[in-house]
Amino acid sequence: MKALLLHLGVLAGLLALNFLAPAYHHAMLARIMVLAVFGLGYNIAFGYTGLLSLGHALYFAAGLYATGLLSQAGWSAGPALLAGVLAGGAIALVSGALALRTAGVSLMIVTLMFAQAGYQTILYYTPLTRGEEGFNLTNAGRMLGPVNLTEETPRYLAALALFAVALLLKLALVRSRRGRVMVAVRENEERSRMLGYDVFRVKLVALTLSGLYAGAAGAAWAVLFGYVGAGFAGIQYSILPLLYTLLGGAGTVLGPFLGALLMFYLIDLTSDVSQSYLFMVGASLLILVVFAPKGILGSLRARGLKWLP
Amino acid sequence: MAAVTLLEARGLTHRFGGLTAVRGVDFDLTQGECHALIGPNGAGKTTLVSLLSGRLPVQTGAIRFAGQDITRLPAHQRVRRGIAYTFQITSVYAGLSVAENAGLAIQSRGGAEAEVPAALARVGLEGMAEARAGTLSYGHQRLLELAMGLALHPRLLILDEPTQGLSAGEIGRFKDLVAGLTPEITVLLIEHNMEVVMDLARRITVLNFGEVLATGTPKAIRANRAVQSAYLGG
Ligand SMILES: Nc1ncnc2c1ncn2[C@@H]1O[C@H](COP(=O)(O)OP(=O)(O)O)[C@@H](O)[C@H]1O
Ligand SMILES: [Mg+2]
Repeated sequence: MKALLLHLGVLAGLLALNFLAPAYHHAMLARIMVLAVFGLGYNIAFGYTGLLSLGHALYFAAGLYATGLLSQAGWSAGPALLAGVLAGGAIALVSGALALRTAGVSLMIVTLMFAQAGYQTILYYTPLTRGEEGFNLTNAGRMLGPVNLTEETPRYLAALALFAVALLLKLALVRSRRGRVMVAVRENEERSRMLGYDVFRVKLVALTLSGLYAGAAGAAWAVLFGYVGAGFAGIQYSILPLLYTLLGGAGTVLGPFLGALLMFYLIDLTSDVSQSYLFMVGASLLILVVFAPKGILGSLRARGLKWLP
Repeated sequence: MAAVTLLEARGLTHRFGGLTAVRGVDFDLTQGECHALIGPNGAGKTTLVSLLSGRLPVQTGAIRFAGQDITRLPAHQRVRRGIAYTFQITSVYAGLSVAENAGLAIQSRGGAEAEVPAALARVGLEGMAEARAGTLSYGHQRLLELAMGLALHPRLLILDEPTQGLSAGEIGRFKDLVAGLTPEITVLLIEHNMEVVMDLARRITVLNFGEVLATGTPKAIRANRAVQSAYLGG
């Protein structure tokens, strides 16, 4: 109950910010919410099931390109978005069926290689994908029914709607019986197997759900911000959700959102001081490992907020 | 009452690289019995029951359980069919509460959360439901493992050195508990404590260098010369 109220409160706060936030922050928050969905999904695999993937950019890019290319081919936003979500899930399912035969460091390497293969594929088909340069969606492709997603307020509210659905579904998932088994697999695989759980299947389902989230974030990015490019398939987009998750708290529902929020503002605030984006990433990781290895919400949970899901 | 065979293993051989840990073992379990598996350290006891439970894939040989061939069945499906295994080296969910540990076992067979208190009470852990499993004493963790095994409602419960590291009082309690399990549950007990073995087991199989040295009643095993020289120390 307390947990549900907290999450609804966060959503209500974000809704209020639609009316209160200055234009600059309003635009930034829309981006944060979409990338937070990516992080929420990443955390299903990493924080809850213990699958350390370095290849989630592939699932994000699958959603981004499926939606973007279909939009270019004349699909309307609704079906194109749905296709993007499914593309993320499908690629996660297929790559997971192979990658999840490994674990630990091998899993990191295999997922990384899959993502790099995806990145190279996008570059290889540059005539179609426009490679690094990317392409913009038409304004017609950014009409979700009567809603014009090129305008600030509809865009913000669409991002919030997606984030709300993603957040509440995840809350339901982690409190469900399946969520509990995911944690069990994370905590002790062998024990879970010897309790009769199909560990491989649990992992594959978790990774696929995670891919659906990543695909949804990518698809939304294409339609909301109108740009699709190979940069989103690069390694840094595999690292970002991991960072959000670590910063906010692995295995906490809200953690990746908090992490995304912090990262965005940290980079924003320091961009005056230093242009070095990678330096900021490195510095925040270092601070994190030293002072709060469980992330912000993870530390709070360990210090008494036991009910935090 | 005719004896019904619950489990039947034939010609099990298992190699770790060049080392043959289990060699041509034939092994039967009768429904409802408590069967002890004894033998010196390194005799292959854990390897043998790992083959039965599916933790290790069968290299050579065949296993039938409740009339069906389970040789190629993965471990989690064997658990679903009723083979529960408690680890020699205690393996609970250290980071989760005692209740969660039991709950995961109950959930695995489709049981309800409301069964958790009874599952814990069965081994005397009812007062510790909210404690983190990793903070329990070693003896209590072993009891928790037992509770989880029982919560699966198994037909066959495999206990791998369950009294190792327990105090005398805890061993007494454990003995009473296991004695009450048969004949509803068939128990396969790996045990070094001869007093426990002699009190609980109806039949004993002795393993030595990966091979079955003898199988029989406690009395017959005690009288067996080969066993005496190999294991019981004359
Ligand atoms: N995973 C393994 N890899 C290599 N050798 C092993 C492994 N497990 C057991 N062994 C070896 O197999 C033999 C039998 O071990 P084990 O079945 O554990 O014996 P027991 O349980 O009777 O003490 C020992 O020599 C042991 O060192
Ligand atoms: Mg052993």
